[in-house]
Amino acid sequence: MSDNNQFEPVIVGFTCNWCSYRAADAAGMARIKYSPNVRLIRLMCSGRIDPQFVLKALSEGADGVLITGCHPGDCHYVEQNYKTLRRYALLKRTLRQMGLEDNRVRLVWASAAEGRILAEEIDKFVSDVRALGPLNWIKMATTTYVDPAPASA
Amino acid sequence: MAKPKFAMYWAASCGGCEIAVLNIAEKILDVDANFDVVFWPVAMDAKYKDVEGMSDGEITLCLFNGGIRNDENERLAKLLRKKSAVLVAFGSCANEGCIPGLANLTSGKAVIETAFSTVSTDNPHNVRPAYDYPAAEGELHIPRMYETLKTLDQVVPVDYYMPGCPPESHQIATVIDLVIAALKGEAKLPPAGAVIGAGNSTVCDECSRKRSEKLIKEFRRTWQIPMDQQECLLEQGILCSGMATRSGCNARCPAANMPCIGCYGPAPDVVDQGARMMSAVSSVIDSKDPAEIERILDGIVDPAGTFYRFGLASSLLHRAKAQ
Ligand code: SF4
Ligand code: SF4
Ligand code: FES
Repeated sequence: MSDNNQFEPVIVGFTCNWCSYRAADAAGMARIKYSPNVRLIRLMCSGRIDPQFVLKALSEGADGVLITGCHPGDCHYVEQNYKTLRRYALLKRTLRQMGLEDNRVRLVWASAAEGRILAEEIDKFVSDVRALGPLNWIKMATTTYVDPAPASA
Repeated sequence: MAKPKFAMYWAASCGGCEIAVLNIAEKILDVDANFDVVFWPVAMDAKYKDVEGMSDGEITLCLFNGGIRNDENERLAKLLRKKSAVLVAFGSCANEGCIPGLANLTSGKAVIETAFSTVSTDNPHNVRPAYDYPAAEGELHIPRMYETLKTLDQVVPVDYYMPGCPPESHQIATVIDLVIAALKGEAKLPPAGAVIGAGNSTVCDECSRKRSEKLIKEFRRTWQIPMDQQECLLEQGILCSGMATRSGCNARCPAANMPCIGCYGPAPDVVDQGARMMSAVSSVIDSKDPAEIERILDGIVDPAGTFYRFGLASSLLHRAKAQ
């Protein structure tokens, strides 16, 4: 909770070394303010983002996960971000079946020059996740017994 | 000298693991020759209190199959852990949750509703089970069902993991030989925590189908196309879990013209079998266009149920979001 009692989501943000991390860096250099809720993790490429990373973050306390990378066509490793695009689409479908709200995982492209755009996208994402409230993923409700009685009519 | 003691127990499972053990044919005589079978509900009459009366670690080898669906399963898991020197999570249910673990996609309440009140159930008075029932002879109790199905190692420490739905008979025979040899001091057991009775790579590695790095534009179900007998199934657009799944079955299903559905659990170094499948599947889709990608993905009717058919309860998320 922040000073004004609003919920402050914990967000894990994956960046790629060549575009989106530089965008975040550029935003900092230009003193563009954005929500401090995102913990940025730098990888070489968005193609390195194994869906396991996203699931681990969500299951261990993150309220949302932001995936970022170079714009389609601009990936330093040529086509890896297209793979990211496909993985993300499939991950979203699976997560929907797991009951996760759509707004908790988001993909954003940002070039090294787009510090301002990335900052805006981060702010938008933080406020969307904030609106959803805490995730508190419960892996197993061990002590909860199922009540077998029919739902009262 | 008294023979070492053997036990086998089933928790939330289908009974296939028990059949698989009986399927080792004459090898079962070795089990009988080398072990004293002290507890095996499917094969012999034994009471829980007999196990309770044993001393700790008295059972040399216990094969535990089934997931932990209710408080009876958990009680027996804890009891057998205490009484067994070597506890093996036997079969996919005990290892990863398997098909019973798919119930973790929904709520316990919905599971009960489906079992007792949907169209396929003849239950005109909507009778439901009650955990406690005062009968004339005394109070009756049935096990209390958990909201979330758990794997064996989510409730007790496990010595060895033996995957498969069910484990292949030749693998069971090998493990039994190994344990007997170890008891005679002729072999050493693998380090605790090891996966036994399985391979150390992926089903794809054992599969003889031809892979040519072909990309696909459409997913199809097995009945929708005449399958090529030699070509990799995934490259024919059929979802095959070989890449995410541990070897050990000799790639039985693809050899029989059926895709691997993942029963040997996550491959070595894979934490989350479903996540690995998502990666693998994303790599074979031939498109860079978001709209087209979505259209191709429409061909995967049930992603969570397909990718996590066996591994949901042991996945990173364990279950769908609790209500
Ligand atoms: S994807 Fe399936 S068919 Fe293809 S090589 Fe792997 S196991 Fe064999
Ligand atoms: S091919 Fe896959 S589903 Fe078939 S037995 Fe082997 S691991 Fe199990
Ligand atoms: S290097 Fe940025 S997405 Fe690949």
